[in-house]
Amino acid sequence: MSEKHEKLIDKKGIRLDGRKADELRPLKLEVGVLPNADGSAYVEHGKNKILVGVFGPREVHPKHLMRPDRMVLKCRYHMAPFSVPERKSPAPSRREVELSKVIRESLEPALFPELYPRTGIDVYVEVLQADGGTRCASITAAALALADSGIPMRDLVVACAAGKVEDTVVLDLYDAEDKLGAADVPVAYMPNLNAVTLLQMDGALSPEEFEKAVSMAMEGCKQIYAMQKEALKNKYMKIKEETKEETEE
Amino acid sequence: MSSPLTKVRQRQVTQNIDAGKRLDGRTLTDYREFKIEQGLIEKAEGSARVFLGKTEVLVGVKVETGEPFPDTPNEGVMTVNAELVPLASPTYETGPPDETSIELARIVDRGIRESKAIDTEKLCIDPGKKVFVVFVDVWVLNYDGNLIDAAALAAMSALMNAKMPNYEVKDGELKLKQGYNPIPLKNHPVTVTIGKIGDKLIVDPGLDEEQVMDARLTMAINDEGNICAIQKGLSGYFTPQQIIDASKLAREKAAEQRKKLKW
Repeated sequence: MSEKHEKLIDKKGIRLDGRKADELRPLKLEVGVLPNADGSAYVEHGKNKILVGVFGPREVHPKHLMRPDRMVLKCRYHMAPFSVPERKSPAPSRREVELSKVIRESLEPALFPELYPRTGIDVYVEVLQADGGTRCASITAAALALADSGIPMRDLVVACAAGKVEDTVVLDLYDAEDKLGAADVPVAYMPNLNAVTLLQMDGALSPEEFEKAVSMAMEGCKQIYAMQKEALKNKYMKIKEETKEETEE
Repeated sequence: MSSPLTKVRQRQVTQNIDAGKRLDGRTLTDYREFKIEQGLIEKAEGSARVFLGKTEVLVGVKVETGEPFPDTPNEGVMTVNAELVPLASPTYETGPPDETSIELARIVDRGIRESKAIDTEKLCIDPGKKVFVVFVDVWVLNYDGNLIDAAALAAMSALMNAKMPNYEVKDGELKLKQGYNPIPLKNHPVTVTIGKIGDKLIVDPGLDEEQVMDARLTMAINDEGNICAIQKGLSGYFTPQQIIDASKLAREKAAEQRKKLKW
């Protein structure tokens, strides 16, 4: 990091990819993209491309994980070998094990596990292309896939990061900013319940910067939340149109 | 995972906390007493054993030489590994590290790395060719709650205790010189874990408390008093206000611990 690198933010406060400090990357959210899954979603968040499939509630494997009084949520975050510049081994890394855990724990508060005793839900997250902030995009997509599967939820979970780049607190860091920036704070949030379900940070922030980063990330979450709801609606609008065409025929 | 608490005990813990009391007599923001022993493993370059209440964690530091990563040719390497040794709890099992121990290792690693505790540039022997590789191995010997803070404390204590051999490069060859150097440290992170039970925040959750805890928030605080690493854990949530309260509480507790540690 001692080497000099290009300025990540110019004098006008514009970032290398042309965004303002509090601007999100372009997002595309789609629901119901996998025919075999009970619920699925696809997200493009900047250059991140992530596919999520949800299966269940169904029988739990391995069986000893089964709980007589509730459903268990299992989650696997996995990166494709071709998703990053240097080929990543397809075997699960320690980072992926940790992310699988924090993603699961960020989704659990939205569910009602007691409604489906003795069953399990599997959430499979495949990162097809990664460009910083994959854990957040994964959570956003996984919550959509869960909603698409039709199980009751307290709220959608939506995630977004904020961080510090060149002494400025910025929203939604992409890969270069994440690597060269001073700090990264991913936040997952349930807007209707005002509940933060994931909070991580690396890199040092002053108390003021930290509070600013968290509230900026939550604002970002609220913007994505609106897009999530839109994506869910779109799926049913499509179905409505298709059935309309059929009845007209 | 830990052995189940009876419903009676669970209720006892939560009701007490709700009333602002804890079963072991602490206030909600008290730490348990800690004790540190350094240098008890002679064959390791550094070691420390930490007791936090009845939680016991041993950390051994091994220093070897190896190649640097290609993107940081002038910097040494540090890795943290954690083992939940089966003798530490009836609920621990043999086998490869599970997600709990991987998360523990990664939280300890993040605290040390993000506070820039180790001056990695001073671990360079021959740029691009030879650097020191520091292995920090966290061995959990007795589990009685709050492994994270105990492990982070033991890891820093072991690093402070560690000595590394003295090398010089002569005609492109590595020569061992006499004497030892301490591991170059430039920051001393203190890690504080706060649990949420009901709508109360508690510092340093014990074993029973961990089993009724909704969520936890771990924060590493550097010498400057700023937070440099955070990890939220478990399946509960925090309100934005609780996060702000917890971050203030963590900075206070870190300052208090730092005074006791004389770091």
